[in-house]
Amino acid sequence: MTQTADKLIIGGREFTSRLMVGTGKYASFEQTARALEMSGAEIITVAVRRVNLDRSKESLLDYIDPKKYTLLPNTAGCYTADDAVRTCRLAREAGMSDFVKLEVLGDEKTLFPDNEELLKAAKILVAEGFTVLPYCSDDVIVCKKLEDLGCVAVMPLGAPIGSGLGIRNPYNIRIILENVSVPVIVDAGVGSASDAAIAMELGCAGVLMNTAIAGAQDPIAMAEAMKLAVIAGRLSFKAGRIPRKLYANASSPLDGMIG
Amino acid sequence: MQIMLNGETVEKPEGLTVETLLMQLGISRERVAVELNAGIVPKAGYEKQLLSDGDKIEIVHFVGGG
Repeated sequence: MTQTADKLIIGGREFTSRLMVGTGKYASFEQTARALEMSGAEIITVAVRRVNLDRSKESLLDYIDPKKYTLLPNTAGCYTADDAVRTCRLAREAGMSDFVKLEVLGDEKTLFPDNEELLKAAKILVAEGFTVLPYCSDDVIVCKKLEDLGCVAVMPLGAPIGSGLGIRNPYNIRIILENVSVPVIVDAGVGSASDAAIAMELGCAGVLMNTAIAGAQDPIAMAEAMKLAVIAGRLSFKAGRIPRKLYANASSPLDGMIG
Repeated sequence: MQIMLNGETVEKPEGLTVETLLMQLGISRERVAVELNAGIVPKAGYEKQLLSDGDKIEIVHFVGGG
């Protein structure tokens, strides 16, 4: 199987890379740009914030060509459906695209989603023509509701945002995969390349991460590791793994052994 | 007149449009979104949109985020 034959389709758009990368927490804009390049990501998340009125600081988009990437503005920091919807409307106006990563948080300590507000916001945004990719709990019921509302993907967390704990409940992710038809993208929790590979081996359509790359000692090297892990995990999933067995099964033939 | 610009109260002359405000601030219209009293101002409307005393304006753009 070649990679070119295995496109990821989200909201009618085709992507080759299944790794989505955030643009926060890097040491510099130069580092952000180099990490993005190395990751091979085509979809990158951004946040929506007030401009600096003194204009003394440079802007992210001075370093990243918006024509080269699909920008996925997020609603990070929003704790109500109203705030999230307001942020998405601003994002659409700023970026001239309907794609949004919807997150409505319930709590500052866990940054877990407030599913009630999330569903409320998703309903309004879909009605307003947004292409909604929601960050949500690893809960199949919530995922199914988001799909029913018209979200183009669901993005359950693997572990709390920025925690690097990996895929804490692979069985929940599997249940989600078996019960929704839209792409399932693990968003948040990945810490290392093996975590990303695990998400892909479960059958996820993609992985979204920020801290795992930006917070690594060498973000550029980690960006490459994540790129390869996502490709490897996807190929492994498609190839079909062997069943797990408790006892050994020799790889070398028993016939022709020396007497 | 006084307007609230990104959370700060600023004094501006009457007759100011969104277009002029952005120009004064040295902000390129392509990369921002403007909200006036919690409603979006479409880019096509910057030139005509007059600001009044007490208006709340938010000018946002994309920054690094996850």
